[in-house]
Amino acid sequence: MADLATALRSAPPSAWFGISVSALYVFVALGAPVVAPFGETQVVGPAFAPWGGASPLGTDNLGRDMATRLIYGARNTVGIAVVTTVLAFLIGGGIGLISGTVRGWVDQVLGRIVDVMMAIPSLIFSLLLLAIFGTSVVSMITIIALIEATRIFRLARALALGIAVLDYVEAAKLRGEGLIWLITREILPNATAPLIAEFGLRFCFVFLFISALSFLGLGIQPPTADWGSMVRDNAALISYGDITPLLPAGAIALLTVAVNFVVDWLLHRSSGLKD
Amino acid sequence: MTVPDTLLTMRGLAIEGRSERGTTQIVTGIDLNLKRGEVLGLIGESGAGKSTLGLAAMGYTRDGCRITAGSIVFDGIELTTAGDEARRRLRGSRIAYVAQSAAAAFNPAMRLIDQSVEIAVQHGVMNNAEAAAAAIALYRRMQLPSPEEIGFRYPHQVSGGQLQRAMTAMAMVARPDLIVFDEPTTALDVTTQIEVLAAIRDAVEAIGTSAIYISHDLALVAQMADRIMVLRHGRLVEEADTRTMMASPRQAYTKSLWAVRTFRATRKPEMAAGTTPLLRVERLTAAYDETPVLQDVSLDLHRGRTVAVVGESGSGKSTLARVITGLLPPRQGSVAFEGKTLAGSYRGRSPEELRRVQMIVQMPDTALNPRQRVRDAIGRPLKFYLGLTGEARERRMRELLTEIELDPDQYVDRYPAELSGGQKQRVCIARALAAEPALLICDEITSALDQLVAEEMLKLLDRLQRERGLTYLFITHDLATVRAIADEVVVMKDGRIVEAGPRDRMFAPPHHPYTDLLLSSVPEMDPDWLDRLLDQRKAQAPS
Repeated sequence: MADLATALRSAPPSAWFGISVSALYVFVALGAPVVAPFGETQVVGPAFAPWGGASPLGTDNLGRDMATRLIYGARNTVGIAVVTTVLAFLIGGGIGLISGTVRGWVDQVLGRIVDVMMAIPSLIFSLLLLAIFGTSVVSMITIIALIEATRIFRLARALALGIAVLDYVEAAKLRGEGLIWLITREILPNATAPLIAEFGLRFCFVFLFISALSFLGLGIQPPTADWGSMVRDNAALISYGDITPLLPAGAIALLTVAVNFVVDWLLHRSSGLKD
Repeated sequence: MTVPDTLLTMRGLAIEGRSERGTTQIVTGIDLNLKRGEVLGLIGESGAGKSTLGLAAMGYTRDGCRITAGSIVFDGIELTTAGDEARRRLRGSRIAYVAQSAAAAFNPAMRLIDQSVEIAVQHGVMNNAEAAAAAIALYRRMQLPSPEEIGFRYPHQVSGGQLQRAMTAMAMVARPDLIVFDEPTTALDVTTQIEVLAAIRDAVEAIGTSAIYISHDLALVAQMADRIMVLRHGRLVEEADTRTMMASPRQAYTKSLWAVRTFRATRKPEMAAGTTPLLRVERLTAAYDETPVLQDVSLDLHRGRTVAVVGESGSGKSTLARVITGLLPPRQGSVAFEGKTLAGSYRGRSPEELRRVQMIVQMPDTALNPRQRVRDAIGRPLKFYLGLTGEARERRMRELLTEIELDPDQYVDRYPAELSGGQKQRVCIARALAAEPALLICDEITSALDQLVAEEMLKLLDRLQRERGLTYLFITHDLATVRAIADEVVVMKDGRIVEAGPRDRMFAPPHHPYTDLLLSSVPEMDPDWLDRLLDQRKAQAPS
């Protein structure tokens, strides 16, 4: 904890900005029912009502309160993105570390499977799979996690390959340690910094991916509030000079920038580049 | 300029390093005088500030360091106050630097000659053709093979010794007034070291430049330098003319440096004939993919004795260790421990077999997991092999630390980054001892350490051998180490055993020609050693 405190104290303003904005998102997402003025799917007035009055940001195409939808959107989109990224890391990171540590034919087989998956453009691949398996939240999370896991596999494998040849890992092998000990005690602790940095970046990609899928109508399904579909549903307003559809887009952009600031700072620290 | 033939003067120089934990004084109050054409040797253990001082001669400090006091005057120019531009003009053309690792200093994507001429052309000292001609002349002077063509190769196409010579040639192309050599031969084999050292000395003499020669190896500096400065903790300990310094060092610290390599391990009684060896290696052949590295290697290790395996890099001695431990399964041949043949791969060996053979490696920095405390590193084998937990493990851990001469209270909870190189190596020894092995394979374990620290390490190993009856397989390129601790010596070259026998016989003539080459290449504490050796070799060479 003391380490964390000193690290935070020496963090640059950009990192502070990133941390504060991310924390705000988390707070809003967790406290959505308390913070939001209305219910998630509650119709509060006419469609496309202007800003002001009971609905400070107006209403959407069905007359639901825009501010409320934005707040719930944070909960749904961010929540799903976090779950997806964690899952992707468990799958990709786990298999990648095993592959890089064991090497041999295991590595060859896993590597080729991943190559095949990466050869298919991810958006098209996911649209295809979603069309096959249906657009439930569970299948969406699984499919995106699997696709993202291929990228994480490559990183984790490369890290494990580099660390597995170091003398201390060889010493552990010669001691007779099993694969689980090697990975969890010798390799993983020395690969955490780049993996954490990658986590931040992947989170942004997953987040954008979900928004893109929702925008296309294959992501989070109505009436669940979600930023991607909110942009699509209210896009018509842009023609009338109303910037309301840009609000969810802006929320996406702001979070992406904030997370990247935090990641940059972590990367900077883990690579040993001070100042 | 009061003295016209003074090239470089430092007065009361102080350099400070900044880290997260505050500032440390790296160099304190150094006065230095270098005349034109003079070679000054800087000696000291690591952390003595000799590299920092060498760089300061160019008006340069590493990142995070700064000059806090004093002056550096190079040929009438005050470097501490001169602007970046003025200093940049001096560097490369008037002051050059030769680093320890030529492999890291050359750009791998450019040919040698292009890198050699770069500085001279950029500084406008000469044009491309002149510089190339100068470079080729220098390659010849540095005794590089086919000097006309070697420049057109890329760095990976020449050997380490050749690269180091090419780097010295590169430094000389622009005819600098001063060259700073920072441990230029430390990364080389003893036999290569001689060639490079002789070539550097010749070239420096012929061109008549001044030089600062930095090394931790006193015997080497004595061959090069006219005058020697001994540094410790950033302060000057002693300064004198080379011969005076060699003959009669005044300070206690200097004397201890001189006395290094005088340690001799306890003599062991003669072996009883007909005993089963602890480890028998028979007709071992091994290869990395298609490259053969070991051919038909056989040797016996007897209980309680030390066998040293010597050879240059690439001789296959570290591979031998990897085959014995099972990291590299052999193509042919067998390894038998206490009469029982071991599986080729460590995967096929029982924990008990693994426990009895422990290895310590060269680089203590990579031998310890940076995320594990000393407690975890030593505690793990105790639990893994001996099933010790809780109180019993804690007690054994403290005993082990005491045994390797580290205070348990102070060190048990430290991370490797909080230990010095020698301390890390001690922890590695403790980790190996924790397994209560019968055989300890030591792969170049002292070569990354300072001489004084290395000697401490040898003393520690000798004591442990006496107390615990350990058997050592000691792999090293350093014959001084062999002389200190070996009972038997095995000389390897190109993956084969050239000669083997008891120490006394190996160190007494007649030798196998290769053993002779190795033995004669070990620098001696005598300023005339190199001259004598070169004369001798010239006389012996078939004309």
